[in-house]
Amino acid sequence: MRPKIDVAGSVLTIASAALVVTALALVFLWAPREITMKEVQRIFYFHVAVDWVGFLAFFVTLVASIAYLRTRDRKWDILGAASVEIGALFLTMGAVTGSLWARPVWNTWWTWDARLTTVAITWLVYLAYLMLRGAIDDPQRRARFSAVYGIVSFVTVPLTFASVFFLRTIHPALFAASTEAQGRMQFETGLGSARMGMTLMLCVIAFTVVYVALLRSRIRLEQMADRVARLQQEIVG
Amino acid sequence: MIHVKGLVKSFGPTMALRGVNLSVSEDQFVTVVGPNGAGKTTMLRILATLSRPTQGVVQIGGRELPQGAAEVRRHIGLVSHQTLLYGDLSAEENLRFYGRMYNVSDLDARIIQVLEQVGLAHRRRDPVRTFSRGMQQRLAIARAVLHRPSLMLLDEPYTGLDQDAAARLETVMSTVGTEGRTVVMTTHDLERGLAVADRVVILAKGRVAFEANRLDLDTAAFKEAYRQHTQ
Amino acid sequence: MMYLSQVAAIIAKDIAAELRTREMLSSMGVFSILVIIVFNFALELTDRQIVLTATPGALWVTIIFAGMLGLNRSLAVELDKGCLDGLLLTPVDRSAIFFGKALGNALFMLVVEVVVLPLFVVFFDVPLIQPWVIVIVVLGTLGFAGVGTLLSSMAVNTRAREVMLPILLFPVAMPELVAAVKATAGAMAGLPVSEWQQWLTLLIVFDVILIAVSFMVFEYVVEE
Repeated sequence: MRPKIDVAGSVLTIASAALVVTALALVFLWAPREITMKEVQRIFYFHVAVDWVGFLAFFVTLVASIAYLRTRDRKWDILGAASVEIGALFLTMGAVTGSLWARPVWNTWWTWDARLTTVAITWLVYLAYLMLRGAIDDPQRRARFSAVYGIVSFVTVPLTFASVFFLRTIHPALFAASTEAQGRMQFETGLGSARMGMTLMLCVIAFTVVYVALLRSRIRLEQMADRVARLQQEIVG
Repeated sequence: MIHVKGLVKSFGPTMALRGVNLSVSEDQFVTVVGPNGAGKTTMLRILATLSRPTQGVVQIGGRELPQGAAEVRRHIGLVSHQTLLYGDLSAEENLRFYGRMYNVSDLDARIIQVLEQVGLAHRRRDPVRTFSRGMQQRLAIARAVLHRPSLMLLDEPYTGLDQDAAARLETVMSTVGTEGRTVVMTTHDLERGLAVADRVVILAKGRVAFEANRLDLDTAAFKEAYRQHTQ
Repeated sequence: MMYLSQVAAIIAKDIAAELRTREMLSSMGVFSILVIIVFNFALELTDRQIVLTATPGALWVTIIFAGMLGLNRSLAVELDKGCLDGLLLTPVDRSAIFFGKALGNALFMLVVEVVVLPLFVVFFDVPLIQPWVIVIVVLGTLGFAGVGTLLSSMAVNTRAREVMLPILLFPVAMPELVAAVKATAGAMAGLPVSEWQQWLTLLIVFDVILIAVSFMVFEYVVEE
């Protein structure tokens, strides 16, 4: 018996590949050159795109968590957990790309400004979520607790940002370096900002599609694992 | 009183209950027996509103679970093999606490009454930690009847008790715990279980394997049926 | 009214049980003293400026770590002998259980803080016994106890019990911690309220949000 061909999965994979290649081309060949930071600035496109996906994943988990508590349907639990796993991956890439960008520009690997702190805290939340899941055997309880934590911990994202943001406004001196770097980027060619905007948009779309593709694969994997467990039960019991 | 139809409970891929049908009329005493893993405790916990059914209908006193759980709790008393008592508090303090949770009206008088009924009035100021297992189970019965429930659920209440303590518990239970109430009891003790029941049910592998009225059955036949259905 | 009386009964029960053994309070107290002594060696006591800058942070770290000991213990007590099941059997509202446990936990933390604050004053010579500082400590404790009660009721049901609570709690409590530390620093330095008022406002807002969310999802944790 030939296994069914996964059409949607193939489409997503091809689309992801195509989009990422296009994005790479745009970033390195088409996007304008920044005056101060020169080539290093190009990592900004990946950094923003990847960070965006990292936080989008959390929002997906929030929605899945609420849906699970209301319906108790396993599919929401699978979605929430898969999204956290992949979100953690993207956020790690976000932190790494951010550091790679920060070092030549600000001469430091990391600063505790509002955005980076929020990234760090969100990453810790992902880790905590995954550790929580790993420490519970009962599948229903695992789903329930994950959903609860998904909801409660989501709150910390805006709150952390707010608290460190106020820290910045009160002590501007500490963060002068980041203000100037995150603020203005100036480009060599006249159409600089427009090209930057479009390149960024494409990068964001490309990585969102990659996220969706990975998410789908992870969900299918989990669904298959569920089926195997059920079949095992039937054979034994 | 209790109406269970097609009750299924699964923990992930494991199915603890695979479609249980059970009806218990008012003031009936039903004993449920079965080997370990048959689903007795799971079923009792669902009846006690501590657990939700995965599928199926569970009705107690006309109210369906889990929606009507809050109202149902007022009328249920549970004696489990865990005592559900706070070891550092005294017997009286335990009862007072639960009494307030159940909003029992004449609490002070009621506490004295149940303590006397279970024969623990003389130990009421002592911390529960110092009680023997048999005494703790008797106090557990006191706790369970404090709010005058119409349904008593007993989950293997004789566990961990020697013959004397078990006999004592049985006396207390029949006078205080189960008289004038609907009762569902799970146990491993076939003889005792049959002796006190109106009906017996054998649960095996998550299903009802056998049911009979006590009057139609003697101990030997019951043991034989048990052996047969739990192979 | 019955609701409040049930919350009060839960708090009273926890107090009564703790008074018998005093386990929780003594471990929290001893732990706090240890942390203070460690800070004593970690901070350069010779430089007054460093001491003043570091004290708010050190104070809150002490409070949080001691608080977690209490949170773990408080929920573990309910699991023992199935007492939590006993509570769930009763018709009492699940949110009443939450408020009862959370307020009880907050109370125990406050008792420990009554010891910790004077100790800081004695060992570090910092002006902590001031009305505003006390207000901030109370506010921070309430928020922390609220979300901590929710998370410890989950943590205590997992395999890695004691370790799980800090992992779950720290990222979530971070904003609260930042606000509390900054507000304490402002109050301790005797600055006019207007200068550090944002932190006080943030602290209150965070408290409200954390407690509200915790209260809303608590029933999903305890009910199967």
